[in-house]
Amino acid sequence: METKRIVFVGVGGQGNILASRLVGEACVAAGIPAVVSEIHGMAQRGGIVETDVVIGDATSPIVSRGEADILIGFEPSEALRALNKCNENTVVITNIQPLPPFTVAIGQGTYPDIDKALDLIRARVRSLISLNGNELAEKAGNPLSLNMVMLGALVGSKVVPLDESALKETIAKSTKQVFLESNLKAFDFGVSASRVG
Amino acid sequence: MHKLLEDSPGKEMLLLGNEAIARGAIEAGIGLASCYPGTPSSEIPDTFFTLYQEAGFYFEYSTNEKVALEVAAGAAVSGVRSIVTMKHVGMNVASDALMTMAYLGVNAGMVVINADDPFLFSSQNEQDNRYYARLSGLPMIEPVNAQEMKDMTIAAFDISEQLKLPIILRTTTRLNHLRGAVKFGPKREIKPKGFFKKDPFHYVAIPAVSRNLHKLLLEKYNQAWELSENSGYNQIIGDGPWGIVTNGVSMNYVQDAVKDLGIGEKVTVLRLGFSHPMPERMIEKYLRTVEKVLVVEELEPVMENEIRSIAQSKGIGISIKGKGDGLFPRLYEYDPGIVRKTISSYFGVSDTTPVMVDMSEVPELPGRPPNLCAGCPHRAMYYAIKQVYGSEAIYPSDIGCYTLGVLPPLSMADIVICMGGSVGSSCGFTAATDQEVVAFIGDSTFFHAGIPALVNAVHNNHNFTLVILDNGTTAMTGHQPHPGVDTTPMGVDTKTLSIESLVRGLGVEHVEVVNPLQVKKAIAAAQAAKEFEGISVIISKELCPLFARAVKKAKKARPFYVNQDKCKKHMDCINLLACPAMYIEKGRTMIDESLCIGCTVCAQICPENAIMPLKK
Repeated sequence: METKRIVFVGVGGQGNILASRLVGEACVAAGIPAVVSEIHGMAQRGGIVETDVVIGDATSPIVSRGEADILIGFEPSEALRALNKCNENTVVITNIQPLPPFTVAIGQGTYPDIDKALDLIRARVRSLISLNGNELAEKAGNPLSLNMVMLGALVGSKVVPLDESALKETIAKSTKQVFLESNLKAFDFGVSASRVG
Repeated sequence: MHKLLEDSPGKEMLLLGNEAIARGAIEAGIGLASCYPGTPSSEIPDTFFTLYQEAGFYFEYSTNEKVALEVAAGAAVSGVRSIVTMKHVGMNVASDALMTMAYLGVNAGMVVINADDPFLFSSQNEQDNRYYARLSGLPMIEPVNAQEMKDMTIAAFDISEQLKLPIILRTTTRLNHLRGAVKFGPKREIKPKGFFKKDPFHYVAIPAVSRNLHKLLLEKYNQAWELSENSGYNQIIGDGPWGIVTNGVSMNYVQDAVKDLGIGEKVTVLRLGFSHPMPERMIEKYLRTVEKVLVVEELEPVMENEIRSIAQSKGIGISIKGKGDGLFPRLYEYDPGIVRKTISSYFGVSDTTPVMVDMSEVPELPGRPPNLCAGCPHRAMYYAIKQVYGSEAIYPSDIGCYTLGVLPPLSMADIVICMGGSVGSSCGFTAATDQEVVAFIGDSTFFHAGIPALVNAVHNNHNFTLVILDNGTTAMTGHQPHPGVDTTPMGVDTKTLSIESLVRGLGVEHVEVVNPLQVKKAIAAAQAAKEFEGISVIISKELCPLFARAVKKAKKARPFYVNQDKCKKHMDCINLLACPAMYIEKGRTMIDESLCIGCTVCAQICPENAIMPLKK
């Protein structure tokens, strides 16, 4: 089976650990080999959180520089930072809503121009799908459902061998009833946004 | 029923590596589990904590790793299967007990889970604890994936019982924190009670006894060696002329690289899962079938050196390489790319690695270091201490979230060594310098290793201030309880110790408990401590807001905002507190109301009283 290497990047609290776990669970449920790698501990306190999902015959839990088939950015500057995971055949899906780090507030760095960042990414990879995930999550009725939007976008891009219904079943299994409707709605918004992109 | 307690052999589930170890312990019928939490091992005990009452075994978060290992030892000599978990540096603390437990041996399986942290994701060093197996003479096994983390935990109990020795199961961060498919097996019955049969001339490690025990350990070592020669976890895979020796997570990188490079026919992999004692005869046989060898192991050249030594003693002259010579580094972790590249260069095959995109035009991006959370009480206490002691005092710090205070603009950590090191090193600073010293230690860390050092400080008349940052939980490792936490709401019956009574009981004459979110009071407490001659202790007491939210003790967040009509841009809030809820937009200070929890500290220090509660 063809190997697909997926990298999720985001900021602590954005929910990419859960998103990657759900991809792993959907794979196991569908009989597709998958291994997920997470970062816990110190790295969580508002820092960068990277999670990797490797689907198919490979057994390594992590993805090296230049080796991602798909990069999913929950935050645009982090997608740009993680561009070193990409090669010319990578598909990049990114949220465009910025979440500037505190270092910018205290004058220790400059937040990049989003349009320029997207152009930079677009020029170097196979394709770039950009969407405002936070807006779509709000529209779905739950601002915390950004991770569901991004999952939807991943499935909508059709780069991984997972279909909508399989992932929705997995989401349903691990979501509290009160959030289920908004989560599935957010997922659908992600799927549509990714197709248009 | 907890998902990990299901009696459903054959069922497959996606588990975190640490959950897989916990399931393995359950399938092995453990009677006792103990630990001190520490990344990357913490989810093992945290998993036990969620199910031990239902499962019927004994579990505790112990005060430190040494105590935890001794707790497990008490059970193991009484015939109860025990497991104890710790991170690599925790093994340093536990090693005193471990070294002699290797002499005493056990009457039921005793498994020591040791989690190394190559690349220091969440640690103060990246020591390679495979040396502890060599130092203690104990057997060590190393899994490669989630399934093996479960299966080898069970196997570890069997090996331990065969040898009547504790056994070390070593993982690394990438194994602890991967998720993979795990197939359940049958559950052995849990046996939480045993009986300690007295045998003082075996168990009392006085010199006359230990001389015999050391001999016994060497005999058991030889038995362990035989087990290693025949272990299914030591595998020779393939029959090509190129030798690759590997262990742990690197096994995956090797397998993937061999496949990616299309050199499966040419390679013979030796995977060492029962990695101490090394299977010498198996290695000799292997070395005689290959032309050259590459050893793929993270951190120290442990296998490389031992294999080279075996080759030398058997008169085998083939090239055995690993670290150095332009091959693998001794630093940090490996990844699939590094392993593929090194295999391709060592064996002279072309590298198939995709080319990374050109990053040269990517602008320098602002750093995003981990930070104290919005409303964190540590930040408030740091502010108060700095107001009184300034930037000149020495600020020894310790292991926990508060270590993040090292970052500017707080800059409130000058040295961090190890658990409890803030208090011990402060004794040295006051003895060897005339500088003022204020040490910081967290509540759980204080219980872990701060107490003996504080006894030392009082007894030896040292003169410094110790700030105990009591946020009511072991925050950094995931909000585990400690001896100062009332665990009743968690459904657990433990006694709660008062840090204040403890400190007073140790003979500290100046003790003050203060809520750091009350800025003026915190500053006054710091001032009083500064004026006191001798050891003074400030207990900075306020719940970790993340923990408060998790246990539903948080007051309703009432965010604040900056009244731009009043703000005169002193920027004290931004420059002195560095709260992640604050940011600057077009030169104006703003508060992100989704992050602000209304701790009010910025409002208290604003010289213009321009920060106000948001009216809903």
